[in-house]
Amino acid sequence: MTDTIQVGSYALKSRLLVGTGKYRDLDETGRAIEASGADVVTMAVRRTNLGQNPNEPNLLDVISPDRYTLLPNTAGCHTADDAVRTCRLARELLDGHNLVKLEVISKSRTLYPDVVETLNAARTLVKDRFEVMVYTSDDPLIATELEAIGCVAVMPLGAPIGSGLGLQNPYNIREILDNLKVPVIVDAGVGTASDATVAMELGCEGVLMNTAIAEANDPVKMARAMRLAIESGRLAYEAGRMPRKRYADASSPETGLIE
Amino acid sequence: MQVSVNGQIEEIEAQSLDSYLDSKLLLGRRIAVELNGEIVPKSQFSSVILVDGDVLEIVSAIGGG
Repeated sequence: MTDTIQVGSYALKSRLLVGTGKYRDLDETGRAIEASGADVVTMAVRRTNLGQNPNEPNLLDVISPDRYTLLPNTAGCHTADDAVRTCRLARELLDGHNLVKLEVISKSRTLYPDVVETLNAARTLVKDRFEVMVYTSDDPLIATELEAIGCVAVMPLGAPIGSGLGLQNPYNIREILDNLKVPVIVDAGVGTASDATVAMELGCEGVLMNTAIAEANDPVKMARAMRLAIESGRLAYEAGRMPRKRYADASSPETGLIE
Repeated sequence: MQVSVNGQIEEIEAQSLDSYLDSKLLLGRRIAVELNGEIVPKSQFSSVILVDGDVLEIVSAIGGG
């Protein structure tokens, strides 16, 4: 497909955005990301292991910032202050690159977004000239507020992070799509290809996923499946599906039958 | 003198930030450095002199979703 999605100042070629966590090793990470066709790739920021062999390959050696649009996340941050601090470190790490994925998650077993802290962090980051793609709940009011603050993409969850349950509330996602002008990207909860297709058929601009690919038995094959699923779902959305009917409607003409 | 680096207390000689990073084989690696809560741009690594009680955070990119 030649269409692109515009996220802030970035024109993205792929509607599939992928994470780099949970892979067996960097080699598998690189091969899966390649197969996914994604150009936006998320990464985390963590303390450097001071004792490590300096020749050990680094994520950025496999996922080159020259080839991919890196999207540093604020995973693990539970407060707005921590998230803002992480984004500033990420911007320095990536030589001034200002596109970030803001996520401030609760300490509960749902890892549900803490929307109060998320809103606070989003305000600070937008003022500090970051382009903020924001992970949030599927609450339509919060999504609208995040757009008003100036986030460049709003990314409601389909289901809890890493759960693989698929879209649990398509009606809310649909409502968010109706209300927002910035791209709506489902982030988290996708388990398999059909889940990604459902999100795209609803009209989402894209889907961000990590575990569904990384924890598949064959991540490289699943990455390709997801690429096709996203493309399929988008095409079906653009094509416009037929209306649902309660009863059958024969496909073959009912006239001209032999007697 | 003592400095805190990524949460660990270290005994080091007074030196510039770039010589400290060099001693850890980190100079030229893809890292970002925060000193006492403030980002230190790479261009300033050589002009920053570490002093007793400094708190350093040194971070890199790793896999994440």
